[in-house]
This record gives sequence, structure tokens and C-alpha cells, in this order.
Amino acid sequence: MNVISLDSILGVGELKSQPAPAASGCTTSSCGSSDGPSDMAPEVWEKVKNHPCYSEEAHHYYARMHVAVAPACNIQCNYCNRKYDCANESRPGVVSEKLTAEQAVRKVLAVAAEIPQLSVVGIAGPGDSLAAGAKQTIETFEQLSRLAPDIKLCLSTNGLALPDYVDRIKDLNIDHVTITINMVDPEVGQHIYPWIFYDHKRWTGFEASKILHERQMLGLEMLRDAGILAKINSVMIPGINDEHLMDVNREVKARGAFLHNIMPLISDAAHGTHFGLTGQRGPTAQELKALQDKCEGDMKLMRHCRQCRADAVGLLGEDRGEEFTAEKVMQMDIDIDGGGFTKRETYREHVEAERAQRHQSKAAAIAEVAHIAGEKPILIAVATKGGERINEHFGHAKEFQIYEVDSRGAKFVGHRRVDLYCEGGSGDEDGLETIIQAINDCVAVLVAKIGGCPSKSLEAAGIEPVDRFAFEYIEESALAYYAAYTERLGTGAVREKIGADAVIRQGAYTARRA
Amino acid sequence: MAYKIKASDCTVCGACEAECPNEAISFKKGTYVIDASKCTECQGSFDAPQCAAVCPADCCVPA
Ligand code: SF4
Ligand code: SF4
Ligand code: SF4
Repeated sequence: MNVISLDSILGVGELKSQPAPAASGCTTSSCGSSDGPSDMAPEVWEKVKNHPCYSEEAHHYYARMHVAVAPACNIQCNYCNRKYDCANESRPGVVSEKLTAEQAVRKVLAVAAEIPQLSVVGIAGPGDSLAAGAKQTIETFEQLSRLAPDIKLCLSTNGLALPDYVDRIKDLNIDHVTITINMVDPEVGQHIYPWIFYDHKRWTGFEASKILHERQMLGLEMLRDAGILAKINSVMIPGINDEHLMDVNREVKARGAFLHNIMPLISDAAHGTHFGLTGQRGPTAQELKALQDKCEGDMKLMRHCRQCRADAVGLLGEDRGEEFTAEKVMQMDIDIDGGGFTKRETYREHVEAERAQRHQSKAAAIAEVAHIAGEKPILIAVATKGGERINEHFGHAKEFQIYEVDSRGAKFVGHRRVDLYCEGGSGDEDGLETIIQAINDCVAVLVAKIGGCPSKSLEAAGIEPVDRFAFEYIEESALAYYAAYTERLGTGAVREKIGADAVIRQGAYTARRA
Repeated sequence: MAYKIKASDCTVCGACEAECPNEAISFKKGTYVIDASKCTECQGSFDAPQCAAVCPADCCVPA
């Protein structure tokens, strides 16, 4: 294990330096009370706190895996082309091998034994999890709920068949469902969906989108009534549904969706999708963030989605799928009784304890910067391998996590994939250029370590490389940096950064482990 | 009176298999095939051949 070891998350071994408390002061109002985010109801938090996709905090600690047992689909989307697969690419719908329910169950047990961070198994395609009678999906979940009952189950769907399966989903104890909803107006939908297959017929045009829309809304309401949490995924397609997604946000909120995840369109002619071939562009990082900011009211927006492959394994942002191919899994000696259950228990207890502490030290750090209220927020990029710490070398980072920082706190707002800058020690210039483009809107990049050369180029681009918080906690460090930064602004030691935009890498590359 | 699958275009998704009213479609040697003796082109069951209507790759065609 070299991408992320349990040790590095637990804070022992190589990374044992314990972060110094970021601040000593403690105000009565903000200290010791936070068992969970203030923007979620306690019963919702209880359900999502260990779910890496649903809780931003959990995504630093917990892993998910997708099993690709659902290749069939009942609609066609203009951004999807299931004929295409490339091992180097990460996009929803992309898989290396399709699995039978039997193989999927073996694979989950193998991964669960090996990766104690695993908390969630999802079925997200590569087609629709509920198409073709949902046969493989239901069979897989039935067996898993018996064999590894501590692992949460979730599924993703386009919603067309959802109303027919809500009862079944409830029986299977699935308490999270993701619906991809890109429109609430069939006029808009026509430009996204060329056809659907419903009630034994192929429907096209306005009619197709109208049926899809009605089924999606019905399914969402039925989930709410059944007490199943619904997250909504939307693909932002500039010029087609970008403005419209605010209506989508309002409508799904009104029907009880608890999390909205607005993702950028991934489109490249090489993928052979309709949008790829027509040259439809995806949004820039700033456009995406602006829309997310506009939609963020009382409902949580998901900002840490990695648009994973339908067979991804591991912490978000890493993919260990290659270690668990069907062939390898068949040869593994697998403990059918829940594989590694005790290890997962121990890990979860540790994370619980650590989180309780963290909530306090975050509150204290926020109290320390309260005096600079009114200053503009800044964006900071962070190199991390998990555990909410700055524990990655600049040159080894495959992505940077982006935090927006002001006197109210450091908020995770997204992640940017980058090429490996440092393959085996020597940095290559193009790679560095890509990184600078990807984090160009940030004032600083917080890393565990960085070489002299990249430091100079970053500085020249107006991004300050910072390694003095190595191995410390991200949010506390970001706040400490912010305090120092605003002070330097005041004395004129630094100048305010304005008007930079960043590029979202097409293909949402997820590094694959060989 | 039967449909067939153009194997070169088939993505092996299995959507057609689930829809065929006559269980005429099965998975053989890495691809899906239609048993011509069982296929009725869906006449008597549905308005349109189900395999062709659901196939995302448009590869179910009259034989
Ligand atoms: S695609 Fe998004 S929601 Fe799905 S597993 Fe990846 S991060 Fe989670
Ligand atoms: S046309 Fe109808 S009966 Fe024939 S294979 Fe297709 S679905 Fe089955
Ligand atoms: S629906 Fe089309 S692509 Fe899918 S298995 Fe059948 S023939 Fe192949």
C-alpha cells in the first residue's frame, strides 16, 4: 500500500508528528458542542457520517467501492457512450470488466478484508442499476446485506424505473439513493436525452423527457415518504442546463432531497459521445463554483465528488480497482463471514474519537480568526492523502483539494485533478504547467514538502508554496495561514490576487494503481 | 420473421435479454444472440420489437 496506508490516516508511523493545537483560546459558544455539521439534522448525520460521498468530512476517512453489475440502460444521454472504455480514464459509466452478482459479492468481501476504511458499496452502472429488471443489483445487495451487514449499500439511477423499486429498496435496507436529474423542464431535457425506453416503447423528443421528468419526481417523492435519503446528481452543461440547474435545485429541495451534487460535463471528442462529437464544452472551475454557490442555501451542495468510474475502489480520489480484478479475486482466499469485520470496527472507533477532538480544535481555530471578519475569502490548494491532514508531497499529489477560507472557517469547495508532476524524482515542466492551471485561482498551496524548482514557478504564478504546516490538520492550518495572510495584506507585504480562473481537466483522470 | 443482433456493434449490456417476451435472447460466447426459432418480432405481445427499442447501440435489426 503506498497511496494511502491506514497508518498515515491514523497518524502513526511515518506521519506520527501530532499536530499542535492550532489555538489555545476557546469560546463557550463554539466549543465542544459539535458532534456533527450544523447544517444537517441529527438523524440524517447519523446515516451519512461514515459515507464518503455524502459527508464531506467522512470522505477524508472512509472508502467506497462500486461494483459494475448493471450494464444495461433504459435511457440514452448525450454525454454517455457505453461503447467506449479506456483503462486510464475515470468517468462515470467507464468500467474495465462487468461482473456477475456472484463475482461482485466475492470482490466486496475481498476488498472489505483488505481495506478497513471501506464503509459503502454502491451500484452505479455502468448502465442503470434498475434497468433490465434490476436483477443483478438486487441479487448483489441481497447477498451483501447477509454477509457484510456493517457495510452500507447505495445505488445510483436515472430514476426512470425508480418508482417500481422503492419498496424493494426499502426491504433491502438501502438507505441512500442517488438520482441523476439534469432538468425539470422537458424543453431542456430534449437536448440532453435523445430517447428513453419506457412501458415497452422507445420514446423520443419532448415526450421522452416529459416521462423521464415525471418518473424522477415521483421516485424522489416516494423515497422521501419511505424515509430513504436521496442525493441528486446533476451534470452542468453550459448553454443547455447551466442556468436551469437552479430550478432543478429548487424542485428537488422541495421534494426532500438532502444533498445536491452538481458535476461538470466531461466531454471530449475522443469519448465518442454525442456532446463530445458536437463540440459541447464543459464548464470551467469558476463557472462550476459560481453555480454551486448560487444553489447553496439551506441544502448542502456536494463539492467533493470525483465522478468515479462505475468500478472504482478505495478512498475518493484513488482507485485500487486493479488490485481486485475478477481474476485476482477468484484466486484470493476469502473469509466469507464478513471479511475483516473486526479491523473495520477498530478503525471506525478510532475515527470517531479523532473526530470528536477535531471538532473542538476547529472551533478553537475559528475563534482565533474571528477578529478579521469582513476580509474577502481566499482559495487555498492542499496536498493530502486523507485523514484531514496536509500529508502529501507536492510532486506526488494526483489532485489538490480546494478550500475557501475566511473568518468563518475553512470550507472544502472542490478538488482539482492534476498529472503526476514528479514521476520518480525529476519534475517535468509540462506537468507543472498543468498544476498551475488547475490551481491558478488559489493564493497558496499547502504541502508536506516541495522542491525548490516548482516553488519558484509557483511563486512566479502568484501561488505561494507553503510547507510549514506539514502533517498538520488542513482546516486549522488554512485558518492560521489566512490570519497571517490578511496581516501581510494589511502591511502591503503581499498583494491581493484577482481574476484568475482555473481549468477543469477533461476526463477527470483518476490515477490507477498498477 | 426474426430479429438478429449485429455482434460487431453489441456492447453486451444485456438490456435486450431482459425485455424479450419469448426468451429468445441469450448470452453465448461473449455476445448476445437471438434464437430465430423463438423470435416472433414481438408480434402479439408488443407494438414494436422490444430488443430493438431498448438497445442503446441500435444493433438489433431484422434478420
Ligand atoms: S462518483 Fe461521486 S458520488 Fe459516486 S462514488 Fe465517486 S465521489 Fe461518490
Ligand atoms: S424482436 Fe421481440 S421476440 Fe424477437 S428477439 Fe427481439 S424482443 Fe425477442
Ligand atoms: S441491448 Fe443491444 S447492445 Fe445491449 S446486449 Fe442487446 S444487442 Fe447488445
